[in-house]
Amino acid sequence: MIQLIIAIVLGMIMILMAGVAIYHKKLKVAIIAAGAVSLFASILYILLAAPDVALTEASIGSGLSVVIFFYVLNKIRKYDTEK
Amino acid sequence: MEALKYIGAIISLFGSIFLFLGALGLIRMPDVYNRIQAGTKASTLGTILTLLGIGLIMPSWGGKLFILIMFVIITNPVSSHVLSRAAHHIGVNMYKNTVTDLLEKDENNTNSKPEKQ
Amino acid sequence: MDSLTIILFVAAGFILLALLLALYRFIKGPHTTDRVIAFDVMSIAGIALIAMISLFSSRIIYLDVAIVYGLLGFIGVIIIAKYLERSL
Repeated sequence: MIQLIIAIVLGMIMILMAGVAIYHKKLKVAIIAAGAVSLFASILYILLAAPDVALTEASIGSGLSVVIFFYVLNKIRKYDTEK
Repeated sequence: MEALKYIGAIISLFGSIFLFLGALGLIRMPDVYNRIQAGTKASTLGTILTLLGIGLIMPSWGGKLFILIMFVIITNPVSSHVLSRAAHHIGVNMYKNTVTDLLEKDENNTNSKPEKQ
Repeated sequence: MDSLTIILFVAAGFILLALLLALYRFIKGPHTTDRVIAFDVMSIAGIALIAMISLFSSRIIYLDVAIVYGLLGFIGVIIIAKYLERSL
């Protein structure tokens, strides 16, 4: 029963985070929100009894993609300020 | 053995109450730096107490929970310190009743020393 | 359902309330730093929630996910702070 309540609350949080990631003006806030969506998705995969998928989702969706997005955003900002 | 499980459950309940109070301080505090302090200190203690209670309920999980507790103790203050330093460097405004700012005074001292020589 | 289970359910409910309050600060927060703090608090509360789920289904293998979760939240916050400080 508590698993059902946890799943409902995490689903609501994921939908709101996805809304922030789509409609927000600043790009860095959108990237952080996308990483948070991936973190909550990994908790939902644990609730579905799939810890290997949860490990992959957490490491790629929240670790690698956030690092690569911020690296590229840093490059773009340097290019903008030098120009 | 049964009493140890109840003690563990009550310690875990206290830890989750500390997590809740930390998140409440995240809303109620007026400033970025106050929010960093409230959010990170209380949530670190809350996570440690929750994991300790789970370790009392299931004693055979002790090794992995000990690794997790040491990991939280090491990494969480480091991340909050880096974040508050970044917020001070990009010039986030402080609350209007702030008394002192030791980091800015310190940096002014170290910047003005080569000019005096 | 004995009283031990009820106490643990109430503890999990408090962790969910903490997640919702941090979500409010994430949506409303005026500066980017506020949102990063909310992300940090959600990641720390997520570690406690994963440990609770692992206790409810009594499988130790789920704690490995909590260790990876803590590591990636830490790396994410460090990267974002370095980006905001313009020293990445």
